Amino acid sequence: MTDTAALMPRRREMHPDPYYPDYKTSITRSPSLPLLSMESTPSEETGPRFGHNKLGALDNNLICNYTQGKALAVGERIRVHGRVLDELGRPVPHTLVEIWQANAGGRYRHIKDTYFAPLDPNFGGCGRTITNENGYYEFMTIRPGAYPWPNRANDWRPMHIHFSIFGHAFGQRLISQMYFQGDPLIDLCPIAATIRNRSQLDRLVAPLDMQNSRGMDYLAYKFDIVLRGRRQTMFENKPEGM
Amino acid sequence: MTQPLDILVETPSQTAGPYVHIGCIPTFAGVEGVYPEDLGLSPIEDGAKGEVITIVGSIYDGTGWAMRDAMLESWQADAAGVYPGQDGADPKVSGFCRFAADKDSGEFTLRTVKPGAVKGRNGQVFAPHISLWIVARGINIGLNTRVYFEDEDNSADPLLARIEQRPRVDTLIAKKTGDGTYRFDIRLQGEGETVFLDL
Repeated sequence: MTDTAALMPRRREMHPDPYYPDYKTSITRSPSLPLLSMESTPSEETGPRFGHNKLGALDNNLICNYTQGKALAVGERIRVHGRVLDELGRPVPHTLVEIWQANAGGRYRHIKDTYFAPLDPNFGGCGRTITNENGYYEFMTIRPGAYPWPNRANDWRPMHIHFSIFGHAFGQRLISQMYFQGDPLIDLCPIAATIRNRSQLDRLVAPLDMQNSRGMDYLAYKFDIVLRGRRQTMFENKPEGM
Repeated sequence: MTQPLDILVETPSQTAGPYVHIGCIPTFAGVEGVYPEDLGLSPIEDGAKGEVITIVGSIYDGTGWAMRDAMLESWQADAAGVYPGQDGADPKVSGFCRFAADKDSGEFTLRTVKPGAVKGRNGQVFAPHISLWIVARGINIGLNTRVYFEDEDNSADPLLARIEQRPRVDTLIAKKTGDGTYRFDIRLQGEGETVFLDL
């Protein structure tokens, strides 16, 4: 926690456009005035830490965490794994990764989701884990279904898993989504399209990872995540005025 | 050709969507039994030093509608201006809270201790403030802002000093509504638009 060097500035052009009219809700929920940009301060350079004592043994297994192991969720069994790194390529160890997703039919267990695909009595849809000392994490889950959503008359979300990552600084906080290799709905989705830089969008598409799959059990998908880094220099702690 | 820089690019954000509560505060979303309790229920425990305060507010979209589906996170120093994890920090202050707009009224409530002023680099001192991070459907990258307090001396704060249009400073200052209670409304767009931060 003594690591309080300034964060690297966020490259906003590598992120989605806040205002993207094809994603209708963004029209009234995007600031119209410029953000106030300046060097990070202790408020952004520090952040909450969460220990393993907060986690239960099944927290990263969405196939059975809703029933606490009594019954299994319906769907194609998958393992989602990868590393959390910073912009310098260094692992981000011991940081909380949370995910949430629809069930195999494309339905969320949420009061606001009224899609007529049925709820799975054995699937809650949330999981969490803490990266190990090498920044590595993994989840077991089922492949979420694609689903229609109210935007334009016939918009569908590609299969996706929502990710929430903390890092070690409040200024690194990030929420994103993982898509699946080969899903034709990615190219039709206005939410995916909010990211204008195609190579950046590609980084949200997890490849099928057969070498980490297990026969007669699960397929694997690899999803690495990069958080903001810190400037590395010996010139920061200078006397005032130098 | 030059040498490669060996710098990676940050993973792009995507909207948290309408179901963010399932992942971050599942009990609030009605998904019970997976975790013993939701993360970040309170930024303080009993016995935290300092004045206990309550901040109430709403988040308004560009039409003036109070959003019902937003989720917020707060991060702050303790009453002495020390962040959790730093030497000498108050062990009763976790500093982190997750809370959501009410499904019916759109109002959020944060109960915490008032933070102290925070020392930055090169002798900078920031007036007492709480950092906020707002996510929701339609917000493609989380919005950062700060809550300052009307009954503190904000005149020398380096961040507030950077706001060119001085009336906009008011959008970051919580108004005192009573003993230990404050009002802090957030406007995403249009008249009175809140100053959002890129730090």
